[in-house]
Amino acid sequence: MVAQDAVQPYKELRQNLARRDRSLREKVVTLEEAASFVRDGASVGIGGSTMSRTPMALIWQLIRARKKELSCSRCIISTDGDLLLGSGVSNHIVSSWFAQGGSDVGKKRLEAKEIDCPFTGEKLLLVPALNPDVALIHVQRCDAYGNAQIDGLQFMDIDLAMAANRVILTTERIVSNDQIRRSPDQTKIPFFCVDAVVEVPFGSAPHECYGVYEPMMNHLETYVKQVNGDPVGGMKKYLDQHVYGLKNWNEFLSLIGIDEIVAASRRGRSIFDD
Amino acid sequence: MTDTTRHTASEMLAILSARQLKEGQVVFAGVGVPLLAATLAQRLRCPGLTILFEGGVIGAFVEPGKLPPSTNDQRCTKRANMVLGSAEVLLLLQRGYVDIGFMGGAQIDKYGNLNSSFIGDSDNPKTRLPGTGGGNDISSLTNMIVAMKHEKRRFVEHVDFITSPGFIRGGKSRAESGLPEGGMFRVITELAVFSFDETSRLMKVLALNPGITRDQVQDNTGFDLIFDDQLGVTEPPTEHELTTLRMLDPDRLFIAG
Repeated sequence: MVAQDAVQPYKELRQNLARRDRSLREKVVTLEEAASFVRDGASVGIGGSTMSRTPMALIWQLIRARKKELSCSRCIISTDGDLLLGSGVSNHIVSSWFAQGGSDVGKKRLEAKEIDCPFTGEKLLLVPALNPDVALIHVQRCDAYGNAQIDGLQFMDIDLAMAANRVILTTERIVSNDQIRRSPDQTKIPFFCVDAVVEVPFGSAPHECYGVYEPMMNHLETYVKQVNGDPVGGMKKYLDQHVYGLKNWNEFLSLIGIDEIVAASRRGRSIFDD
Repeated sequence: MTDTTRHTASEMLAILSARQLKEGQVVFAGVGVPLLAATLAQRLRCPGLTILFEGGVIGAFVEPGKLPPSTNDQRCTKRANMVLGSAEVLLLLQRGYVDIGFMGGAQIDKYGNLNSSFIGDSDNPKTRLPGTGGGNDISSLTNMIVAMKHEKRRFVEHVDFITSPGFIRGGKSRAESGLPEGGMFRVITELAVFSFDETSRLMKVLALNPGITRDQVQDNTGFDLIFDDQLGVTEPPTEHELTTLRMLDPDRLFIAG
């Protein structure tokens, strides 16, 4: 499959950025408002990897908002990918990891080009740059301007934030800009990449957020059993019961249940116990 | 006393794989048996062995009973030396820092190519498997150890799809494909230990596991095997190896079967 979006040359990327408001300004919005920044048909880069720091609350909101034809990309998808495809919100998911040479993976990627290294003559494989229309990234903390500090595994989130044409952050908590300025070495995503900030505690549930909670495996195992048993009906039932029919994100957390959330939090925070 | 004659296939794979690692090596490990085996080597013989995870971890030191479910979970970082980005940890491969890549396999062929993508025609597959993960990057730029259950349908003449390259079509075809170093080093199963012929790059039986015959290995393999001139017999698991392994995975998440 060929990448849907043409590679954007520097001139176009620069002109887009020149038009973007990169000032140090407050960007705090609601989950609903943040979802409205994602237009139908957009290419969407998703932060985190597998079950870690998945921007699940925002994905949940995109499904509720009945978005269409999103082209999503992520390091490694997990249940987030199931929900995006199963709900019909996305019809195209690009996963990462690539081939160096000799494998059949490269043959499936017509956009990849082999060249000879101009310095050593070795074979090199090039893939086109990915500049998503919008990136969704969940972090432990950021300020109202979008200066984000990420604990633990950062995956490709820094590159993703830099590459995207818009960035929406969801965050476990919003901290003061003073706090950011006391430890700027901990800031991984700078404010001028960021267009919206949403405070969503447990915004990666039922996945994990490093140092805050581990995955909520009871919920996930029940989900997996349900969709594996009946991929179509099971998914529909999950979406009806856990996504569409709910008042807000907290109601979804209530369905996971306080026992499991407390247990996951205890395991998550234990990383700092020794 | 641990009864060393009673062990599962997974325990055999982990113990025999661990023996292949050497002190001081830098090892990219997948979760499950590879991680257990690397950790076992670290605890028994190789305190200076460094484990890398593709999620972005250098020098992991996994805690007994807290094995990570994937290479991207916070448990992978516990007592590690450094955490970095996914692209950066894979760049260590390109710089040549990594000695061994260590993973499981769904399907392998006589040249050590691994398939974790499709069963059947890739354009119209019978089954879709999980895909490459970091497997392709790792197998392209390391000497690989693969630990897998020995079944005829998994050991095939040609894999349906080369996800992670071994020696491609044998001979010099790996280097000619742009991969000048590395390749398949060992394949470990519950039946035998395999290497690859230096010239033809065909899979070769290096040693039979205790009580296993040549015919048993051949009967469970979908292509004609060659046997090393000095075909050996592996040492059975020791009590120390088994008790340490079971201490690492007390819930038997990865060693039950």
